[in-house]
Amino acid sequence: MSADTVEKSTTPTVPTQRGGRRKPPLSENKKAERKLGLLLCAPAALVMILVTAYPIIYSVWLSLQRFDLRFPDQREFIGLDNYVTVLTNEFWWTAFGVTMLITVVTVAVELVLGMGLAIIMHRTLVGRGLVRTSALIPYGIVTVVAAFSWRYAWTPGTGYLANLFSDGAPLTERASSLAIIMLAEIWKTTPFMALLLMAGLALVPEDLLKAASTDGATAWQKFTKVMLPVMKPAILVALLFRTLDAFRVFDNIFVLTAGGNETSSVSMLAYNNLIRGLNLGIGSTMSVLIFITVAIIAFIFVKLFGTAAPGSDDSERR
Amino acid sequence: MADIVLDKVSKSFPDGTVAVQDVDLEIADGEFVILVGPSGCGKSTTLNMIAGLEDISSGELRIAGQRVNDKAPRDRDIAMVFQSYALYPNMTVRENMAFPLRLAKLDKETINRKVDEAAKVLELTSLLDRKPANLSGGQRQRVAMGRAIVRQPKAFLMDEPLSNLDAKLRVQMRTVVSRLQKQLGTTTVYVTHDQTEAMTLGDRVVIMRGGAVQQVGPPQELYDHPRNLFVAGFIGSPSMNFLHAAVQDGGLHTALGEVPLGDRVRRELESADAPRELILGIRPEHFEDAELVDDDTRRRGMEFEAPVDIVESMGSDKYVYFTVEGEKASAAELEELAADAGAADFAGAGGNLVTRLSAESTVAEGQTRRVWFNLEKIHLFDPGTGRNLTLHEGRAAGALAD
Ligand SMILES: Nc1ncnc2c1ncn2[C@@H]1O[C@H](COP(=O)(O)OP(=O)(O)OP(=O)(O)O)[C@@H](O)[C@H]1O
Ligand SMILES: [Mg+2]
Repeated sequence: MSADTVEKSTTPTVPTQRGGRRKPPLSENKKAERKLGLLLCAPAALVMILVTAYPIIYSVWLSLQRFDLRFPDQREFIGLDNYVTVLTNEFWWTAFGVTMLITVVTVAVELVLGMGLAIIMHRTLVGRGLVRTSALIPYGIVTVVAAFSWRYAWTPGTGYLANLFSDGAPLTERASSLAIIMLAEIWKTTPFMALLLMAGLALVPEDLLKAASTDGATAWQKFTKVMLPVMKPAILVALLFRTLDAFRVFDNIFVLTAGGNETSSVSMLAYNNLIRGLNLGIGSTMSVLIFITVAIIAFIFVKLFGTAAPGSDDSERR
Repeated sequence: MADIVLDKVSKSFPDGTVAVQDVDLEIADGEFVILVGPSGCGKSTTLNMIAGLEDISSGELRIAGQRVNDKAPRDRDIAMVFQSYALYPNMTVRENMAFPLRLAKLDKETINRKVDEAAKVLELTSLLDRKPANLSGGQRQRVAMGRAIVRQPKAFLMDEPLSNLDAKLRVQMRTVVSRLQKQLGTTTVYVTHDQTEAMTLGDRVVIMRGGAVQQVGPPQELYDHPRNLFVAGFIGSPSMNFLHAAVQDGGLHTALGEVPLGDRVRRELESADAPRELILGIRPEHFEDAELVDDDTRRRGMEFEAPVDIVESMGSDKYVYFTVEGEKASAAELEELAADAGAADFAGAGGNLVTRLSAESTVAEGQTRRVWFNLEKIHLFDPGTGRNLTLHEGRAAGALAD
């Protein structure tokens, strides 16, 4: 407050100073605050621009060209032709469908399992550390390593799972391959989901559950009517993280089927075109499309967040 | 509505902490009982056991004559109000209050009627569509009360419901709680560590210390006839003065002079294991400016002279602080009380004497003043056990009783 008055007394317009006394200090404070905010963000923003904006812009630029490294002299600017090619291609849409299927199924299953795991980890009193550590083991294993162990497990003759559950070779058929890919994904990332949800569980005050108990709620009612609503922001964060991750699924497919039997995800497809096929134009187009899809998913989630924070949907707050 | 009986109820936690020890308590139907005591004495634990939120380690709990030890909270039909209010943040005020009714599967109309009624009683009608985040502390408090009263439970349990409010609001809400309880006539157990609340609200007060009940009784009885040192020091504000007293040839040697003893106390002190040192307790209002005491009254007490430290005039009377020489009274209870009150509030055991004199007194700071005190209102405590030696059949009789 005193700083404000000092600053003000240096301004020559004395008469207006008195009239405007009630409001200006506040807006000045706000302005200073905003400036400070921008300054604090600037370094991070700068680094972000340097490391992400350049590659993104460059791949957009590449996606607008015919550019196949096998025929370098045919390089030319062709506008949106690559996009037309990709979006009318059935391989793209098959891969898109596969990716969507994997995303929806794995995230849904992980949410349910993760919630169960989170509650177990939250509630255990004895050997808490041990329970938590062992639950997190799958997440700690490198995806490729884990994927290989799944592959060997499902390989007929050598794998214990293949011998137990099937007489054919499950990784050579589409449906069973997809199921195994999803299984591997779920096994690997459920602990991560559980970890995020556990942070949400910690947000639920003990008194709230006690109040619900005395109000006559059963365990299930406490979960659905008290815990879930309070946890909603944490659940949305967990879902966002996992959805974006799942949509870019690559390593498990790469190791388990290498995209055979139409099990490619969009990331696999982009990789195949870009790195294996050396078609920089088409590959970049796919990358840009993946980027756009991910951005749309993120946007939808962020929209949902807006109304998720407790009290934020009340007009008086704003 | 129902009575609540605790029969030798104990609670020990898995880590070995004994939070509540053999608590015997009979709460009559419609009674308002206050649990009070310093932090960590097991008040909340006792309340949680009544609510069913905490298992009972041993003993029996009966609500309306029925053993409920193994019943889930939802089957006990009691409502609880928490210090943190514990309102559901995602629900509006109306939904919060309707929640227990909805769980009880009442029809919509009944629910709305009951919520509206409760809201009217608590002056919440205009806030029914707000979320808890947009309410003030006092309003949240009232919503929490509303949620408890809508379902007309057998009993209310309240755990420091007013502790998060500022002083003024707390006084206001105190009358709201008191009025509400009288209107509804619902059995209520109320936990607090604020002794003003304890004195003003309840029909009976239960004083706890270290998981054990110290004394149960109407507030005035606890004030006048404390069973032990702890109760004497805990109840009353400013607290009772405690002085060291040495037993000497049938009398007591204290910083206020030689205090004569009546036959009864003397007989107590004659036994072989009787303490040679006592703690003398006297409340501030039992002092008076010696100039203002008539002869008749004078005979019931004795006088001393001491330098005046501070005079605080309250209008109706004067709080006068004296410095007295001599040994400090010391006992485990006094240390505990001082720790709980935060030393500043508990001058009881220091070299400071707090007195409440008539407003007409001309006492001034810096003077040495002659002060009279009432020997019939003196309490004598055994420093070892804390027992009040002047208590006879539950009545405190002073030092002179025969
Ligand atoms: N879950 C627990 N495990 C072990 N000890 C506990 C547990 N809960 C409470 N205690 C202990 O039991 C004792 C009584 O606790 P309680 O919460 O009943 O105190 P309180 O009288 O309500 O105190 P306050 O006025 O601070 O709320 C304390 O010593 C506390 O440390
Ligand atoms: Mg407590």
